[in-house]
Amino acid sequence: MDNILEPIVKSFQEKFNATYEEFRGEVHIFVTAEQIIEALTLLRDKHEFELLSALTAVDYWPQQSPRFHVIYQLSSIAKNVTVQLRVPVNGDQPRVPTATRVYEVANWRERELLDMFGIEFEGHPDPRRILMPEDTEGHPLRKDFPLGYEEPQFTFNFEEIDLRKPYAKE
Amino acid sequence: MGVEQKLGNMGIVTAKLEDVVNWGRTNAMWPMLFGLACCAIEMMSAQAAHYDMSRFGMEIMRASPRQSDLMIVAGRLSKKMAPVLRRLYDQMPEPKWVIAMGDCASCGGVFNNYALVQGVDEIVPVDVFVAGCPPRPEALIHGVMTLHEKVKGDRFIKNMAVK
Amino acid sequence: MSQIEEVNYEQYKHLVSERAFTGETMLLNMGPQHPSTHGVLRLLLELDGETVVNCIPDIGFLHTGIEKNMEAKTYAKAEVMTDRLDYMNTVGNNLAYCMAVEKLVDLDVPPRAQAIRVILTEIQRIISHLVWIGTFGLDLNASSMFMYAFREREMLLDILELCSGQRMMTTFIRPGGIWRDVPVEFETAVRDFIKIFPKRIDEYEALLTKNPILLDRLVGIGKLDVATALQHGVTGPSLRASGLNWDLRKARPYMGYEQYDFNVPVRTEGDTYARYIVHVEELRESLKIVEQALNKLPMGPVRSDNRKFMTPPRSEIGVSMEALIHHFKLWTEGFPAPKGSVYSAVESPRGELGLYLEGDGGPKPYRVHLRTPSFDNLSVLSKIVKGTLVADLVAILASIDIVLGDIDR
Repeated sequence: MDNILEPIVKSFQEKFNATYEEFRGEVHIFVTAEQIIEALTLLRDKHEFELLSALTAVDYWPQQSPRFHVIYQLSSIAKNVTVQLRVPVNGDQPRVPTATRVYEVANWRERELLDMFGIEFEGHPDPRRILMPEDTEGHPLRKDFPLGYEEPQFTFNFEEIDLRKPYAKE
Repeated sequence: MGVEQKLGNMGIVTAKLEDVVNWGRTNAMWPMLFGLACCAIEMMSAQAAHYDMSRFGMEIMRASPRQSDLMIVAGRLSKKMAPVLRRLYDQMPEPKWVIAMGDCASCGGVFNNYALVQGVDEIVPVDVFVAGCPPRPEALIHGVMTLHEKVKGDRFIKNMAVK
Repeated sequence: MSQIEEVNYEQYKHLVSERAFTGETMLLNMGPQHPSTHGVLRLLLELDGETVVNCIPDIGFLHTGIEKNMEAKTYAKAEVMTDRLDYMNTVGNNLAYCMAVEKLVDLDVPPRAQAIRVILTEIQRIISHLVWIGTFGLDLNASSMFMYAFREREMLLDILELCSGQRMMTTFIRPGGIWRDVPVEFETAVRDFIKIFPKRIDEYEALLTKNPILLDRLVGIGKLDVATALQHGVTGPSLRASGLNWDLRKARPYMGYEQYDFNVPVRTEGDTYARYIVHVEELRESLKIVEQALNKLPMGPVRSDNRKFMTPPRSEIGVSMEALIHHFKLWTEGFPAPKGSVYSAVESPRGELGLYLEGDGGPKPYRVHLRTPSFDNLSVLSKIVKGTLVADLVAILASIDIVLGDIDR
């Protein structure tokens, strides 16, 4: 870990009781859902992390608690470092406070997480689906949502798929 | 034979009505801009100066469906876009043709999942499929020429007579 | 499949102003199929006469489910899907994915492969900016710009076809190196292009840069300041046109970019004209990098030696039994990646293209997330078009440089 990130990680360990791990030269800090807004504000104002590069989530089904990890990737342009914050969230009622007031880009990114994973963000100004049609049921990127693989039509099963494929007539 | 002997060189040509109408339709078929994804870039490239499609009559790409006769569905069709495609197809006046350009429009292509319609012929009836990912501009022009052959062989007098 | 619904003002109540409900302003749908929206983007405009009061983008019409589909394929086979994301920057997408996989499994890349990767990525950047300048001119009705730009693009696509056989979706860059060494004609073709291209850029500038119509239409329109840009996660030429000098090739160099000498064009005004100038300057800089990389091209292998992850070259398969076994195992089963996650970012022609890759010990990725630049670049649109005319909206949308495949994935 380089000497710019070390004091930041230490202050996080003291203030939020956060654990961290290092992998391939990156630093991932674990915080809880209640602490995340304070952590983001602290990083933006005091430690000059102006850019929220990525906001995404991972699904660890069938493990239910925590089921999701919400991942915030922050970049500092002034100091030229990156850090990653991870928030473990439970599976039955996944809720995280919204980061829209800290970084405006979180508006669309959190809509995408609502659409794809079903994670609700408290206080979000515009909670609508963004990528899937409005009347979709289910959340596609969860591990228990099927891929939707349709059997491809080769020569040996040409006729049987031909019969059940819904062709358009005029 | 007899008619031509009488007319001489008055400057009158006789031909079958079907041939004349089909010739008119093929030589000035205006496509509608329906580029969705990567195949749209190859379609634009086919329209540009190197592989010129205006040699084949497709001078202008009309953005409005009311003024076009050919719809080249270039790119992958997602389930959210499918009703829009059907509505645009319904807005085009007869006679109209559809070319499904690329693998994603023909059969779903590389992507076999929840979000894409596996083949545009589930939504609109397709006349010519052009394979490739993306098809070269020359392949698209070959598809257009195949469509011209199909239109030239279209016998519509029989249908009109029946009605 | 959903049906098309009539636009209901109720669902957009929190986004439009109150004047929409009294009928003072009009809600206009700039629909998914439109010649100027660069793809299938739907914009809901609230108009007061010709002035835009509010603009609500609606995306998702090209959603392909790439992230979920990549979880069902092995690492080598999933690379095919990354080409089709941002279809103007196909080589760059492959590079971002391969760098993430190499970081995850700790794989080395030989120097000749790095140099060839840089040459092809910069050629792809020139292609992307050429299409940008062509469609930018087309949107402003300078349609001869389109023909000029696509003429140069054909020369570059010939170079890509020489190396890989495909014009657009090449998949030439593989984790551990590149597919095969470039043929003999590659160097002549690239040098021919380097010789003629500076004069062509001068032609484009003569057509557009000092054109009084363009200056009237673009100067002072769509101003974006640095603070708003950083809050919205805007990176790439749009951020550099607002005044901040941030380019990942200089700040966190990868693939040997530190050995090449090039400038990063930065302007301070932040309007549409500044974005145009930054794009044109980047064409010249990319050409410089291609020339330097071609002059310094080292000799050596183009594939990594680590046979646990990278297949052997085809020439070895005929003579060595182990090479055949490695080739068979790697293409049927795939290589296992360790448990852990990485985030790796490159500079695409649109901004920061980042990949979050998580492995779980198996041959298929557990989670792939693509942080695409156009998604964040588009989210700032609703802020900067307030108060402009509809014709200006078209110019601003063209200058932000979005690709819908990037946004909807």
